Amino acid sequence: MSQPRNTNLYSIIVPTYNERLNIALIVYLVFKHIPDINFEIIIVDDGSPDGTQDIVKQLQQVYGEDRILLRPRPRKLGLGTAYIHGLKHASGNFVIIMDADLSHHPKYLPQFIKKQMETGASIVTGTRYVTGGGVHGWTLMRKLTSRGANVLAHTLLWPGVSDLTGSFRLYKKSVLEDIISSCVSKGYVFQMEMIVRASRKGYHIEEVPITFVDRVYGSSKLGGSEIVEYLKGLVYLLFTT
Amino acid sequence: MKHIVKIMSLLVAITAIWISLLQTAMIPQSYTWLLPLYLIVSLGCYGLLMVGVGLMQFPTCPQEALLLQQDVIEAKEFLKHKGVDVGSD
Repeated sequence: MSQPRNTNLYSIIVPTYNERLNIALIVYLVFKHIPDINFEIIIVDDGSPDGTQDIVKQLQQVYGEDRILLRPRPRKLGLGTAYIHGLKHASGNFVIIMDADLSHHPKYLPQFIKKQMETGASIVTGTRYVTGGGVHGWTLMRKLTSRGANVLAHTLLWPGVSDLTGSFRLYKKSVLEDIISSCVSKGYVFQMEMIVRASRKGYHIEEVPITFVDRVYGSSKLGGSEIVEYLKGLVYLLFTT
Repeated sequence: MKHIVKIMSLLVAITAIWISLLQTAMIPQSYTWLLPLYLIVSLGCYGLLMVGVGLMQFPTCPQEALLLQQDVIEAKEFLKHKGVDVGSD
């Protein structure tokens, strides 16, 4: 009788493109780490040629089609619209968004849920830049750009959140629906726009520390064009939020 | 209020203080003329300092990569057993 039962339904939206191995690992780890939670995993696959969808169908055989929902799209259509697409099929009152490349570990899900229940927050966002959090697998150059981008964003935007570009987050479904429709950016900037707009609208945002292990296979690039996009995004947010 | 308006009003306020300092000549004018320069330089120093401190204290987690590898092995084992094709790749 110590804890009230958690009757919430959490919809976990995972956009994928060529993640046949990773999506299987993620699904296993989610079921392992939140066995007592009522949740569904919504996989939005953008027509991966590597057979990601076949794997998802096999996973549905193991875990049930009511727990794992495959909501594919015909081709690569971008991250922002993937969330909107997944959101349309979500039946939970909370939505969790995470990357499929295992840089977001499902073992942090209990912390997100606990933090939300303790504080009643509208958004719980994972942060890599506090004690207990961290990053693995970044070069010095990558760290330098990340810190520079962060200092710039904090000086100009005063967002009140320590990790702007992280994308491991839990939202109240109504809140996500409210902010996602006004967000137009792409890539890294999309994550930043979501949290800045939410903060401006006065939503209660809480943070939990997470660790981020950069993808083992393939590299996450951050070239000159990304930096230009980021700066454009900053200016855009300065004038529109 | 758009954020740019907040920042602009802050800048306007600072400029107003500066002009009033120039007018009242509380401190020698030759110093007052240099104040904006000092402001810009100290802003730059602040930025560099924050980036530097951030870099030095950048939290890393090499042990997490090892834990993840164990999780991957465990998951593969389980999924293979259940007939999910996690083979070659």
